[in-house]
Amino acid sequence: MANSGEAAKSAQWRDPTARAYVQIERVTKSFGDFKAVDDVSLKIYQGEIFCLLGASGCGKTTLLRMLGGFETPSSGRILIDGEDMTGVPPYERPVNMMFQSYALFPHMNVEQNVAFGLKQDRVPKAEIAERVATMLELVKLGGFAKRKPHQLSGGQKQRVALARSLVKRPKLLLLDEPLGALDKKLREHTQFELISLQDKLGVTFLVVTHDQEEAMTLASRIGVMDHGEIVQAGTPSEIYEFPSSKFVADFVGSVNIFEGKLIEDEPEHVRIGSDELGATIYVSHGISAAPEAIVWAAVRPEKIFMSTAPPGGTDNVVRGAVQDIAYLGDLSIYLVKLPTGKVVRVTQPNTSRHAEAITWDQQVYLSWDASSPVVVTR
Amino acid sequence: MRASAHLQRWGITGRGLVVALPYLWLLLFFVIPFVIVLKISFSDIDLAIPPYKPLIEWIGKNSLAIKVDFNNYAFLFTDSLYIHAFLNSIKVAFISTLLCLIIGYPVAYGIARSAPKTRNLLLLLVVLPFWTSLLLRVYAWIGLLKANGVINNVLTWLGVIHEPLNMLYTPFAMYVGIVYSYLPFLILPLYANLEKMDWELLEAAEDLGCRPWQAFYKITLPLSRNGMLAGSMLVFIPAVGEFVIPALLGGPNALMIGRVLWDEFFSNRAWPVASAVAILLLILLVPFMMWYQSVQARESAGAR
Repeated sequence: MANSGEAAKSAQWRDPTARAYVQIERVTKSFGDFKAVDDVSLKIYQGEIFCLLGASGCGKTTLLRMLGGFETPSSGRILIDGEDMTGVPPYERPVNMMFQSYALFPHMNVEQNVAFGLKQDRVPKAEIAERVATMLELVKLGGFAKRKPHQLSGGQKQRVALARSLVKRPKLLLLDEPLGALDKKLREHTQFELISLQDKLGVTFLVVTHDQEEAMTLASRIGVMDHGEIVQAGTPSEIYEFPSSKFVADFVGSVNIFEGKLIEDEPEHVRIGSDELGATIYVSHGISAAPEAIVWAAVRPEKIFMSTAPPGGTDNVVRGAVQDIAYLGDLSIYLVKLPTGKVVRVTQPNTSRHAEAITWDQQVYLSWDASSPVVVTR
Repeated sequence: MRASAHLQRWGITGRGLVVALPYLWLLLFFVIPFVIVLKISFSDIDLAIPPYKPLIEWIGKNSLAIKVDFNNYAFLFTDSLYIHAFLNSIKVAFISTLLCLIIGYPVAYGIARSAPKTRNLLLLLVVLPFWTSLLLRVYAWIGLLKANGVINNVLTWLGVIHEPLNMLYTPFAMYVGIVYSYLPFLILPLYANLEKMDWELLEAAEDLGCRPWQAFYKITLPLSRNGMLAGSMLVFIPAVGEFVIPALLGGPNALMIGRVLWDEFFSNRAWPVASAVAILLLILLVPFMMWYQSVQARESAGAR
């Protein structure tokens, strides 16, 4: 995972003395009875790429627009570099936004688009020319200065929009689904370009996306949003490996969730009896939950082993029949139906070209390490 | 089958017919009348029915004389009345267009930015006057503007004025009439243009440091240029030749080319001169019409 360099390495969010660059304090935005953003508090540090990840309608775009000044919070406040942004209009904020539609001015060429913000600030002409040229070189559009937006490809437009929003050297750059309109190959390529550009310029990025892969690749930290709230914030691996709720586990990547009851609760391990699984789940770490509470064990598909011979031990082992196989080249996805009716998703890398293939309707054993399940209580 | 095959041999197809129909229509109702008017403009006045001499005449047994008279055109340039009328018409049309633009732009903008639900209602209100005859509506203005008309009565009653304002049969009344009648022609194309605009561009402009009015001036205005031009042409072109409104509201000294044409045609029965006036008016307006066409073409091509 190629996370943004400096910020990820220094991990300022773990340092309680570090100063937050962007501070969102108990911000709520209501439209009538509907709370688009519900009491969100968040600290973003200088040089970070912070991704707000969530499904459409979760409030992530509203939060972004409040940072840009296009919406005013119903309550709470936003500070950028220590300055209260309440009542500051978009044109006076040290923030720039890259719009999802790019919003390039169709009557201006690439150069004029990029220069627009600087002209507005009455930067001297010579300096404008120099900064625009540098920025266009940086996004590899040096030869396209005189083109009109409608003469550009999607990827080129995206880079013009990026150049235009970066040329004013904002303290915070807001990116609304920056790669949403690009096709898959280009998107992957652009993700890495975006990271290296951010590394070079050191601008703090706040990215809104519904694409978890995009968030995982770009972000130093991810904030997962649902129903106007940030349900979990953390590094991509924290979010993936230690989801705090069923929702996060399910939203980020694919996961098998087994409902069960806590039958053994020790500081060093827990045992969960799951009717859904038809077996007990042994987890090699303690959790904090009431005894006999209903909990959920989440196991990632790639952490499940599949074999035709019974593995050793009795915990974390179930038997089932292969119901479906999807061959993806690098790996295969197996859907295994348990006697209880529950279908478990298993992914296996195709390490050998001539492996003895597991086929449809075959009886298999599924097992996983005691450290693999994540137990969540909500 | 057999019949259509037969037709096809003669080059007649369904598609051909559909395309031919509008051309036929234009030929019958535009080209032929135009040629007739053009012909009359080159002939001499005569006390006959119709009141002009034929262009082509048999003289003697075997000779055909074609007599083309340019005097009608020359006459238009010798009598200052015509030049004056032409210039005045252009002035009136220009000012009217400008007024329509000043009034119509905010209206079109307001409709384009209104909620989709109310938008249709507002558009309906713009088009609503067309449901009544233009003549009736212009007559109604007489009732509003005359000395003991509605406006004067209300103002007197309110105590704003003590003597009735002289509004009817003044240039003011004429402009009111023209602007009122032609306003929808400006609003509709301008609305169609503004409605297509991506309002996110304004947010982008504000994000880059524009105050809202600067964003309007730098983004909305240039992007709606084609809409403004199209609407303006739709007002300007017919307003130049406008006859009814100046005649009814403008009073005796509202000298416009439409009025001159009417007088030459009906009062003086000088069909050749009237035709020459009509042709000259057309020549005058052709550049504007071509400009309008090119604007329309650019608009539909989407390249702005």
